[in-house]
Amino acid sequence: MTLFIYDHTFEGLLTCVFDAYFRKTFPSQLLTEGEPLPLFYDEIVRIATDEKKARRVWRGLGKKISKHALSSLIYCWLSELPQVDEMLFRYIRKAIDATRSIETNFADPDVLGLSKIYKKVDGERIHLMQFVRFQKAIDGTFFAAVEPQFNALPLAIDHFTDRFADQRWLIYDIKRQYGYYYDLKETEEVTFEDPHQAHLVTGMLNESLMDHDEKLFQTLWKTYFKSICIKERLNSKKHKQDMPVRYWKYLTEKQ
Amino acid sequence: MNENVLAKLKVLAESAKYDVSCSSSGTVRRNQSGTLGNTVGGWGICHSFAEDGRCISLLKIMLTNYCIYDCAYCINRRSNDIPRATLSVSELVNLTIEFYRRNYIEGLFLSSGVVRNPDYTMERLVKVAKDLRLIHQFNGYIHLKSIPGASRELVNEAGLYADRLSVNIEIPKEENLKLLAPEKDHQSVYQPMRYIQQGVLTNKEDRKKFRHVPRFVPAGQSTQMIVGATAESDKDILYLSSSLYRHPTMKRVYYSGYISVNTYDKRLPTLKQPPLVRENRLYQADWLLRFYQFKVEEIVDDSYLDLDLEIDPKLSWALRHPELFPIDINRAEYEMILRIPGIGVKSARQIVASRRYSRLGFYELKKIGVVMKKAQYFITCNELPTRTVNELTPAGVRKMLAPKPKKKTDERQLIFHFSDDQ
Repeated sequence: MTLFIYDHTFEGLLTCVFDAYFRKTFPSQLLTEGEPLPLFYDEIVRIATDEKKARRVWRGLGKKISKHALSSLIYCWLSELPQVDEMLFRYIRKAIDATRSIETNFADPDVLGLSKIYKKVDGERIHLMQFVRFQKAIDGTFFAAVEPQFNALPLAIDHFTDRFADQRWLIYDIKRQYGYYYDLKETEEVTFEDPHQAHLVTGMLNESLMDHDEKLFQTLWKTYFKSICIKERLNSKKHKQDMPVRYWKYLTEKQ
Repeated sequence: MNENVLAKLKVLAESAKYDVSCSSSGTVRRNQSGTLGNTVGGWGICHSFAEDGRCISLLKIMLTNYCIYDCAYCINRRSNDIPRATLSVSELVNLTIEFYRRNYIEGLFLSSGVVRNPDYTMERLVKVAKDLRLIHQFNGYIHLKSIPGASRELVNEAGLYADRLSVNIEIPKEENLKLLAPEKDHQSVYQPMRYIQQGVLTNKEDRKKFRHVPRFVPAGQSTQMIVGATAESDKDILYLSSSLYRHPTMKRVYYSGYISVNTYDKRLPTLKQPPLVRENRLYQADWLLRFYQFKVEEIVDDSYLDLDLEIDPKLSWALRHPELFPIDINRAEYEMILRIPGIGVKSARQIVASRRYSRLGFYELKKIGVVMKKAQYFITCNELPTRTVNELTPAGVRKMLAPKPKKKTDERQLIFHFSDDQ
């Protein structure tokens, strides 16, 4: 039983693939430095991440599977699920070894598993597009806090950049403590030196930081949300199914 | 913007909520650099869900809920004593923009009660859309209601700014419409629909010749029918929908289970609960028409006027045609696989894609997402033969799949009957 230890980056994973083919031994487990080792194993291999090797694997993979399948691999990586790296490793290996593309073979557990994970992450990206709620700050910046299950924020940023092109905005992932800021020209990744400021913890702007009309628009939206509901058709099961409770924390209408 | 608007918003949202449509699909419009908004196309984005489970994608609101008509099924009818309000064009435009900036909505769905005459009302609706597009450079979604009886010029102007236009049929049969809304007729509904369609088709021709002709109602039109307010059967409703879908611009027909809003009116039935199950079955049948290549005659006909409320229309069709089953998952063509109960469009596509690699069995089908509880009686796959609908008879399968009535008493509990007359 061979173990590979790598730095848990996507480039690292691709380097693992390269080195495995180079050594002609394939790992039965991928671990990061510091993770507890299993009781029995034959060999530990430490993989040093190499940009060049990673790029070669990625380019080679591009000849075997479609562009969409390639990008879905990145989606799956962003799910940050445990063991998704091993699944990706097996998928990449199968894709490289096969004579034709394996991406539509849903009878294969790895192909189906990854397509399910892809759907979940893509769902989270759509949830972000749906449930981000901006609050206008006193300096005119629109601020929103999110806490997505998977690290899907980078996937949704293009949408927000295209849509809100004439306002400055900041979307901040509270769980992972980073965000994106758009300054009317381009969007860039930001982190804060002091992540313990109140609005970076609670996700809500303090009233002293709000634009003077902000409170009114929040009330208007809440009123609208209440009035649009038809009492005779109440269906809280569907309500919670379509708008899961975990998002309510930052939804204006649910405050 | 002040507290005044708050009261108006409440009144006008309450008045608009019975309109079902909310979709923001059908148009892709990129942001023109430095302006506000885009339209994503595809399925559209739902930004919130009300507690009745309906999605909130657009700011669904009326410009005014004053109305000169007295339609029996409508909450805003002239003779109702409800709070009335009118939003000014600038208030509404401002509200839309500010909501949009906060990512509350995808755009605006604007409707209105008819004041003075249809043309006057339509003109003001068009003004809102025009201001949003031309003055505020708003690229979000706009859905306008075309007022029945509005003139062709106004409908054509509305089409330049709106993504979708809609005219509601409300009651499928004209004699019933006459009964409930004496001032309206089907002519006044179909006329604007025709204007919209002609506009779209002319625009299509023009765009072939000149690339920069602005688009006309790019997301097509939709309409709505009330279910359960009058005596129409599901056959009447679905035949009308299917004939509407034959028109190239009709994208959606919505069904709205009748909610007794005007209980005092004796022309209307008094329902305790809106007919939600029937509405759901109609939507399922609608999906069969649009995505499953069913013909309307196959779903309902003269001997089968109403849809079965206990089982869905596809299962019901399959039980009436046991001679076509079982279908071999590994060989049958896509169109037939679509017709198996328990298999949707996505699963059918995945099956057709996957069976090129290996034969599929129960386990793989289940993993793909097929509802095996239903599908098992209608398929053969890479497994030993099981008992299908032919061995079990349609009635037997139906009994197994129909929802079981809930037991009122606990049968495990021992009950003694003490009665006095013995």
